[in-house]
Amino acid sequence: MSEELVFHFDVDGEDFTSAGQASVQIKKDLRQLGISPEIIRRVSIAMYEGEINMVIHANGGTVDVKVCEDCIEMILADRGPGIKSIEQAMQEGFSTASDNTRSLGFGAGMGLPNMKRYTDSLEIESTVGVGTTVKMKVNLQ
Amino acid sequence: MKISEIRDLLDAQVLCCEDRLDREVYSACGCDLMSDVLAFVKDQAVLMTGLVNPQVIRTAVMMDMVCIVFVRSKTPSEEMLSLARDNGIVIMRSDRRLYEACGIMYSNGLGK
Repeated sequence: MSEELVFHFDVDGEDFTSAGQASVQIKKDLRQLGISPEIIRRVSIAMYEGEINMVIHANGGTVDVKVCEDCIEMILADRGPGIKSIEQAMQEGFSTASDNTRSLGFGAGMGLPNMKRYTDSLEIESTVGVGTTVKMKVNLQ
Repeated sequence: MKISEIRDLLDAQVLCCEDRLDREVYSACGCDLMSDVLAFVKDQAVLMTGLVNPQVIRTAVMMDMVCIVFVRSKTPSEEMLSLARDNGIVIMRSDRRLYEACGIMYSNGLGK
């Protein structure tokens, strides 16, 4: 691949039932590019957790997925409340999600740890009251 | 274990993708927390759950799971079944409770 390919998604924060649509779509898009199933699974799981987080915590946002020569990069940006302590948020089991979110099967404090687990690099920039940007990379080799 | 054997062992009703019952399943996950499911990666797995919403299907898609069993006779919506059909995931419904369903599968060798 000589040129970067970019897929852009707007994530609707209003409707929880639609959360994850972009991740299902990226899985199909990457499959068409002939990328290995294991890489696709890692990318789509990490993006899915990020997408769910955006809907639960930040009223939606945007996702850009870049297919580069040596990696797949995901940039998830929102204008939500921001993360007070990234260190705390990275701990398995830590969550500020509501009981309602938990009743839907999420908010168990596994989102960010899962994103770290399935990617080769994870960077989080967050400012309280401004928003959060999460950059993740999965190497193709 | 074939998906058809899971159907028979759990006395389950198949709700979609009946043409895929001869696919093999090598592991299982019994869980209502989708983030816990996402922390578990195994090939060709079956998900048993009492949670009913579209994220259950999307979670299974992300994990390349081949079958979902809804326990305690929980019934998925047509939207969920359509999403499962699009992705070739067999959906079943059983009267069993999650604990029972997991016990039956495990004692019959799945995931041992």
